[in-house]
Formats: sequence, structure tokens, C-alpha cells
Amino acid sequence: MLDDTDRRILRHMMAEPDMAGGALAERAGVTASTLARRLERLRARGVLHGLRGVIDWRALGYEVEVSLRVTLDKTQPRAFDEFIAAAREVPEVLEIQTFLGQVDVRLSVIARDMAHYQQLYRERLLTLPHIADIEALMHVARVKDREALPL
Amino acid sequence: MIALDDTDRALIRALAQDATASAGALGRDLGLSQPACWRRIKRLREAGVFRATRLDVDTAALGFGVTVFLGVKLATKGRVSLEDFERAVSAIPEVQTVEHVLGAYDYRLRVVARDLSDFERVLRRRIMTLPGVGNLDANVLLSEERRPGPLG
Repeated sequence: MLDDTDRRILRHMMAEPDMAGGALAERAGVTASTLARRLERLRARGVLHGLRGVIDWRALGYEVEVSLRVTLDKTQPRAFDEFIAAAREVPEVLEIQTFLGQVDVRLSVIARDMAHYQQLYRERLLTLPHIADIEALMHVARVKDREALPL
Repeated sequence: MIALDDTDRALIRALAQDATASAGALGRDLGLSQPACWRRIKRLREAGVFRATRLDVDTAALGFGVTVFLGVKLATKGRVSLEDFERAVSAIPEVQTVEHVLGAYDYRLRVVARDLSDFERVLRRRIMTLPGVGNLDANVLLSEERRPGPLG
């Protein structure tokens, strides 16, 4: 189980993922060697997977971001598997999430501009298998973006 | 917009996987010297290719077994200030992300909770009491997959 020290380390890492090891140890009130040992243990136990760079797709020329909420035709027994396998083949799909609720699957899709999005939507997305209903939310702005946990 | 070659794209893919990878190790994988690799990474970072670093953890192992996406429609558009709503919703610790969207909803929230009854507490005490909240649509996350994106 996690103890208070583990939680404190993770809390500080979540608040400032770019913080260097020395500063992090100081902030969490542990020595550098304790920090290294704790992080190693959290990794070994599969609690900590790693630090990921979050790509700013706008900086790479992708101006449009759309959230597609999809309802699948559940009379098809393999609808989920086949839809997801096909969605993986579209490079502009950044996230695939499945849900319990009104929406079955959500795709996060990026495009260079609206013309590119329209082309993707018609040629690659609407053609995905087993779609019963599809609804788009156009991303306007990111107000909060901190995937920290209230530990 | 920054121009990229295949080596840059490979570097972006590698840093998206492991933001702590060293220029030396990445250079070895890509057949670059450490200084050449470091210069490329510096150029990418300066161009703003990465907007943040994300700590990837097993949320369930940390005691947060439930993630819910909430679509929020504001009830009194025009009368409630968007800034007031955004400030109040961003202050809720269980709300991880807030996106302003166009479509059937005004905002999309990612909310974490220990379990469904904890989620109910957050929903009733924190979310439904926000200024201007109208319709809510909740979807409980079952699985999530992040893809590498269009990097050649």
C-alpha cells in the first residue's frame, strides 16, 4: 500500500511534473536517495507509468480539435471491437475512450483546418463501422488541464 | 509553424512517451551525437511543441476507481458570467480538465472520484451548485487509449 511519503511525492510530482529530482526531494521532505528508491518502487508496482510529453498539436499546424461522441449499433456483437480497431487506423485520432452511458465511444480528432476536418469526417470517420449516431463537439479552449489527483 | 524532418518526428514520438529521456540515449537510438540531439530537442521545445508534461499514473491503484466525463450546459447563458463559472469549476480538486466546447454542451469536464458514491457527492455538492449550471450529461469512463497522432 501507499504511505504518506509516497502520496506526498506523487502530489508534488503531479503539481509540477517538470521539477528536477533535487527540488522534488526537497519539496517532498525526503533525501535524494529515498526519493529514487520510492520512485523505483512505485514504478515496479505499476503505480507510476512515467512522465509523458504532451504535444501541442497547434504548434505542429493542427488548428482544429473535435470531440466525436459515437453511439454504436449494439445489435452487432463485434461493434465495439471492430469500430475501435478501425478508428486506430486513422492517424488524426488522438484518443479513444469507451463509456457507460448515453455515449458509447468518444474519439478526439485533430485536423489542420476546417477543410481538412471535413475531408477526414467524410472519408475516414463517417465510414467507420457500426455507427448508429454521431455528434460533434468543437473544442474552443482549454480552461483547466491538470490531470492531478486530489491525493 | 516549425518545419520537421523524420528525425524530429521520431524525437517528438520518443519524448511524448518518456519526457525524461536524455539527449544521449535518444541520440544513440536515432544515430545522432549527444550535442546534435540536444540541439534538436532544444529547438522543438522552444517552438512550443510540448505544452506540458503529464505524470502517467494508475489512477485506480491510487484509490480513484471512477472517471466520469460530464457535459455541462449553462442554464442562463448571457446572464451568468463565463469567467465566474470557469473560475469556480476549475477550483474543484476532483475536476481534472475543463474544456470550453461548441455543440450540444458548453463545457466538457473530466472528473475523478474514489467510487460512484464519492462521485455522487462531488456531483451534488460541488458541480450542481456551480453558478449557472443547467443540463448535465454524465458518461462513466470504461477504457481509454491515447494514440501517437499524425507523426508520420
